[in-house]
Amino acid sequence: MKHLRFWTLWRRNSRVWRKHVMATLIGNLGQPLLFLLAMGYGIGHEMQTIDGLTYLQFLAPGLVTSSVMYSAAFETTYGSYTRLSMQKTYEAILMTPLGITDIALGEIFWGASKGLLSAIIMLAMLPLFGVWPSIWTLALLPVLFMSGVFFAAFGLIMTALASSYEFFNYFISLILTPLFLFSGIFFPLKTIVPSARIFFELLPLTPIVTLSRMLCYGQFHEPWLLKIAGSLLLTLFTCWLSVIFLRKRLIQ
Amino acid sequence: MTSTQTAPQTAGAVTPAAGDDIIVQVSGLCKFFGSRRAVDNVSFTIRQGECVGFLGPNGAGKTTTINMLLGLVEKSGGTMRIMHLDIPAQQQEAKCFIGVVPQTDSLDPDLTVEENLLTYASYFNITGRKARAKSAELLEFFALANRRQEIIEHLSGGQRRRLLLARALINEPKLLILDEPTVGLDPQARHLIWERLEILQQQGTTMLLTSHYLDEVEHLSSRVLILDHGKIVAQGVPQQLITELVGIDVFVIEGTTAELDALEKSFKQCEATTERVNDKLYAYTQEDCSRLESLLKKSRSWLRRPANLEDLFIQLTGRSLRES
Repeated sequence: MKHLRFWTLWRRNSRVWRKHVMATLIGNLGQPLLFLLAMGYGIGHEMQTIDGLTYLQFLAPGLVTSSVMYSAAFETTYGSYTRLSMQKTYEAILMTPLGITDIALGEIFWGASKGLLSAIIMLAMLPLFGVWPSIWTLALLPVLFMSGVFFAAFGLIMTALASSYEFFNYFISLILTPLFLFSGIFFPLKTIVPSARIFFELLPLTPIVTLSRMLCYGQFHEPWLLKIAGSLLLTLFTCWLSVIFLRKRLIQ
Repeated sequence: MTSTQTAPQTAGAVTPAAGDDIIVQVSGLCKFFGSRRAVDNVSFTIRQGECVGFLGPNGAGKTTTINMLLGLVEKSGGTMRIMHLDIPAQQQEAKCFIGVVPQTDSLDPDLTVEENLLTYASYFNITGRKARAKSAELLEFFALANRRQEIIEHLSGGQRRRLLLARALINEPKLLILDEPTVGLDPQARHLIWERLEILQQQGTTMLLTSHYLDEVEHLSSRVLILDHGKIVAQGVPQQLITELVGIDVFVIEGTTAELDALEKSFKQCEATTERVNDKLYAYTQEDCSRLESLLKKSRSWLRRPANLEDLFIQLTGRSLRES
């Protein structure tokens, strides 16, 4: 039981979330769906196919991963920071048997869960745009959850370092937005010169976008196991870091 | 310095079982922030059923000491045990036995009154029917039963404090830590909280209380620890400490410098210590000095009152402001 204590914080967050379900879903899903509509439909008509996919098909799986990234990262920045500073939720929790690790895991898994939910809703809506995901998409869900864990842990590190909400502007402008634009969601990375391409391939969202596209259409032309293993290592490392930073923030 | 030992001790009882009623044992506790000694070699014991009052000016080390007991501040030295559990090594286990009413309101504004209690209960692994029953009982006890579904924002200051208390008791703690439990409340709200705390004391709940309201500490505590500059400067039963270190009565006299000079001399003949603050003379008498009252007839104003904890506090920690 001791090791599952963090679920009580997860349940606390889900209890609160159920009260404002619509607002948060629209917040998380609005942007990627609008991108899909504007770029997939709008620009897509004028473009040739990429690797045998229409532009709308090319774009959709990547935008699903971006919705995971944004949902998870926003939850553990704006959401967690509110709980940390204004609401003093962590302070109250630290008076109970829950420790720093429980708080970090509770927040990270909650952020990842929100990310996964956004992804599932988006995937379920793709047929409305004429995009039909393959059965392999079910295998994609754990990958997306892992990506959610990574971005939630990353966000929590930002929260542990933040002195105000303004601090998150750095995170969004310097990290999330570049990842959104340069992880191969909008254009294939093979158009980049090979020497520079390696950098883009190593961005944390890139393997997830690639895996998402592969599994969504049941193609296995890339080294999927390597991408999963690498992402998993990075995710575990980030979780570990987030516990360290959160402890530094909360314990004097 | 007075030490009080209310618990009966059998002669020669040096086996480990002798300290069975010890709830908190702190010895040689230190915390340094850089070169500042926030807590400097503090030792104390809290026994089952005691209410120990922690007193001290701002920055004296009260909250730092409590936060070390709770694992929110890492100690620089010394040992701490709660219910015989080593702190911080067995912090998580020890917290099962502790209830805390924090200085700042940390109620969950996203949840209703009852949800606050149920969620907090779940952190202690108290769930389902047991949690609901405990929560209902506590809401009843703290006169909040009719606000069960209310959102926190709609509660008054007194109701919030009572809910914080209810929350602190959800795990039936062996030790209740109260950090300024009635700060900012009106007298009615304070008295309601005192009343409930007294009932809890009668039931044997052990308490550690900090407060700037010295009447509150005097009222609730069976023993006080006075801290200043991170050190314990006095400890004992409040009334005993006051009589020993301050006196029985306090005379406060206003007058011209010449008048007060003369009076000061007279008081020194009676067994009294005196203090001059601006145009006032304070005389703390260790014996009955009522015969001097006839001398005071000409003074601009004067009064005689029993010495209290505030006099003791000022005497030990001085009159200068502490702002950190």
